[in-house]
Amino acid sequence: MSKLIFEISRKDRRAFELLSTRIEQKKAEELFPERYLRKEPARLPEVSELDVVRHFTELSTRNFGVDSGFYPLGSCTMKYNPKINEKVASYSGFANIHPYQPESTVQGALRLMYELSGSLAEITGMDKISLQPSAGAQGEMAGLMVIKKYHEKMGEYQRNKIICPDSAHGTNPASAAISGFDILQVKSNERGMVDVDELKRLVGSDTAGLMLTNPNTLGLFEEDIVEIASIIHKAGGLLYYDGANANAILGKSRPGDMGFDVVHLNLHKTFTTPHGGGGPGAGPIGVKEFLYPFVSVPVIEEKDGTYYLDYNRPDSIGKVKAFYGNFLILVRAYAYILSMGAEGLADVSSNAVLNANYMLSRLKDVYDVPFGERCMHEFVISGEKQKKMGASTISIAKRLLDYGYHPPTIYFPLVVKEAMMIEPTEAESMETLDEFIAVLRKINDEIEDNPEEVNHSPHTTVVGRLDEVKAARTPVVKYSFENNDQ
Amino acid sequence: MHKYIPNTSEEIKEMIDRIGVASVDELFSTIPDEIRFKGKLNLPKKMTEQELDKYMRELAAMNSSTDDLICFLGAGAYDHYIPSVVNALTSRSEFYTAYTPYQAEISQGVLQAIFEFQTMVSEITGMDAANASMYDGSSSTAEACSIALVNAHKRNRILVSEGLHPETRKVIHTYMSGRDAVIVEIPLKDGETDYDELALLCDDATAAVCIQSPNFFGIVEDMDKAGEIAHANNAAFIVNTDLIALGILKPPSESGADFVVGEAQGLGNPLSFGGPHLGFFATTNKYLRKMPGRIVGETNDAEGRRGYVLTLQAREQHIRREKATSNICSNHALNALAATIYMSVLGKKGLQELALRCANNARYASEKLVETGKFHLKYNKPFFKEFLLEAEEDPSEINKRLLESGILGGYETKRCYPGLQKGWLVAVTERRTKAEIDDLAKKAGGKS
Repeated sequence: MSKLIFEISRKDRRAFELLSTRIEQKKAEELFPERYLRKEPARLPEVSELDVVRHFTELSTRNFGVDSGFYPLGSCTMKYNPKINEKVASYSGFANIHPYQPESTVQGALRLMYELSGSLAEITGMDKISLQPSAGAQGEMAGLMVIKKYHEKMGEYQRNKIICPDSAHGTNPASAAISGFDILQVKSNERGMVDVDELKRLVGSDTAGLMLTNPNTLGLFEEDIVEIASIIHKAGGLLYYDGANANAILGKSRPGDMGFDVVHLNLHKTFTTPHGGGGPGAGPIGVKEFLYPFVSVPVIEEKDGTYYLDYNRPDSIGKVKAFYGNFLILVRAYAYILSMGAEGLADVSSNAVLNANYMLSRLKDVYDVPFGERCMHEFVISGEKQKKMGASTISIAKRLLDYGYHPPTIYFPLVVKEAMMIEPTEAESMETLDEFIAVLRKINDEIEDNPEEVNHSPHTTVVGRLDEVKAARTPVVKYSFENNDQ
Repeated sequence: MHKYIPNTSEEIKEMIDRIGVASVDELFSTIPDEIRFKGKLNLPKKMTEQELDKYMRELAAMNSSTDDLICFLGAGAYDHYIPSVVNALTSRSEFYTAYTPYQAEISQGVLQAIFEFQTMVSEITGMDAANASMYDGSSSTAEACSIALVNAHKRNRILVSEGLHPETRKVIHTYMSGRDAVIVEIPLKDGETDYDELALLCDDATAAVCIQSPNFFGIVEDMDKAGEIAHANNAAFIVNTDLIALGILKPPSESGADFVVGEAQGLGNPLSFGGPHLGFFATTNKYLRKMPGRIVGETNDAEGRRGYVLTLQAREQHIRREKATSNICSNHALNALAATIYMSVLGKKGLQELALRCANNARYASEKLVETGKFHLKYNKPFFKEFLLEAEEDPSEINKRLLESGILGGYETKRCYPGLQKGWLVAVTERRTKAEIDDLAKKAGGKS
């Protein structure tokens, strides 16, 4: 058991030092009225610097990242995060600049953002990019608000419905709801794609737009996309592209050419910026020219070789975050684009799709494949057969931990029972894929022989399966100092 | 082949044979021909790592960093010193190359660190619970407004003090634009929220009252008064604050806060040209199950070993979809880790010492600047690490002159407050020395 940092605290131990100063130091009581002051100090741990280092180093050993091993977490694009990206993002000229510095002192930063915008526009086939959103979900919100503002500008206030497929990421309907839309769900057809006939029935004068991931969350390219775009546009709606799966299409097909009007990209997926254990990411959006007046302020513009922030945009949706975007994430993404080049990016998608199809071809005789013989950069298999033998998908996932792997995304998309969504990425070698395939096949054998063994996994991790019901029923969300008399 | 892509041509051949296609290109045949991209993307030429490093160094060198400039600029992003241990530990790739900890058994490191972060934020703010982080202070404030609004029956007004950061107010407007909400801005009086006006406008249609303290001008507000007015009208009380200030200032919980939110970039995270920063979000047990974002909870395995999991997920978008309390998915976990390490370094005494040093430095700087006779303090109210001066000269001119001497001067309030054309907001952290402050006063006060 790893101790909490509060449990190694010793009175008067310290890791903090301040500059010595010749400025007279007054007490808090002399600076502020008594009633404004804190009476009891916050119980932060009292530890030495080495205590801090050992504690967090130990925690890191209880964690698994892409650098630790294969991480085929579908829809999350867990590919290698190049070290050079970390290095350049740490340069003081990027990390230690203030957002309100005079523009003349941050020309390099503004230029980088301007150039990145140009590259992202080219990759997505969109006209303009807004770099502000902090993550994919915030990009969705920003993009949907652009759509809303556009319809309002056109006088079409009745357009309050956003259509999402039943296979959509949960953020899609959630973002649509907080942006003030009602949500209509369109079913997937027997091929795992948007049911075009149902879509035709759903659209109308209240259609604001359709949100679509392409390839979709089943790893399938929406083959009817041109017709879908036409149906939505004819109804007066706009198309929103969820870029979570953009790793499949770099240099192969562009959302702008497919007919999408707004796109968001997850730079922490396709463009190798690290996930950080849950962020920070960045979720820039791309739009067609007619929507550019509505994106959040400021945007970066260039005139005669000088870059500047343009706030004078009366139709803008406003701001979705303070300042300009997750700049240090943008630095990493641009470093990646520069290190790949156009051909390199196309090779990324070629190999991501190749790897996924190879895995699918070697697993389909053992695991059920609900949709299609082929896939794009990821695929979904079902553990239904294994469940009938006595071990469900959660147990397969936990058993993978014993073999040193991060499991796939499980129980998503919702349209597949016992789903396992596998995304190998282009960064993994054939032997890594072969080893993982062998393990998944072996687990199937184990389930045939003795499902209980699999149901009790993991056996090798620092803790076993944790009681999530207890955690939710009687939430303990902070350390209890009182019960541990410090 | 590229160094980030390991497949050899021989392997590619073997793989396509196994799949049963003639070429890799055939795998893309489901993309209709009319939307296949046939050319080559018009992107900058591929760079080797060495070329890339050089180019990025050039771009970085076109910026003046706080290594080059003595920083007195704050206004929502602060130049605090970051001890070396912070980056040394956040650079461990087991942390930074991990995804959101969905598989708890192999993610105990980040889960425990978040649990420690939640504990520290709860402890400093005095609240019952905190979440795993938000994008930044502006979005965490906006999310608090959303929760208050959704949970206030038939109330749709949100009263927001003009002392709240201008960008945060803009973000609130954007987040609320999809909801049936009326945002009313409460003016300031002598640099502090006008509490008479607040009392007048706060009514039974008010869902929430949102106050920042220390406010945008660094002034410590009368939070008891604000809390009383909010609660007298059964409105939620949202406090946006600076965790460092709470090293010496009363925790907002004691003024009846329902939500305590804000920006925590200053705790171990660099200025980063505005992002990624770190939003925090704390609340009472009443709203625990309404809180946005990830929450880590303690539990145990079958053998009784203590462990941590993501919990109360029924609130979240991947379960609740359009009925979720928020759409947030990725948050700023790595920034929260940096803050956790930083707060561990600070410790119980360090947080107080840091807060007190900032306050004393700011007070000294204000006195030195006022002594020059070229400035006066705009408001006679207690302030924390930032203060508003009214200058004789145009602050733009002062800042230009300072920049020539390698000093990054204060924020020009005319950017956001039309009534404060000559306002100059100066921030002084623990990093500033007496010599630097004396030099600032000399150069800001005298015309070259």
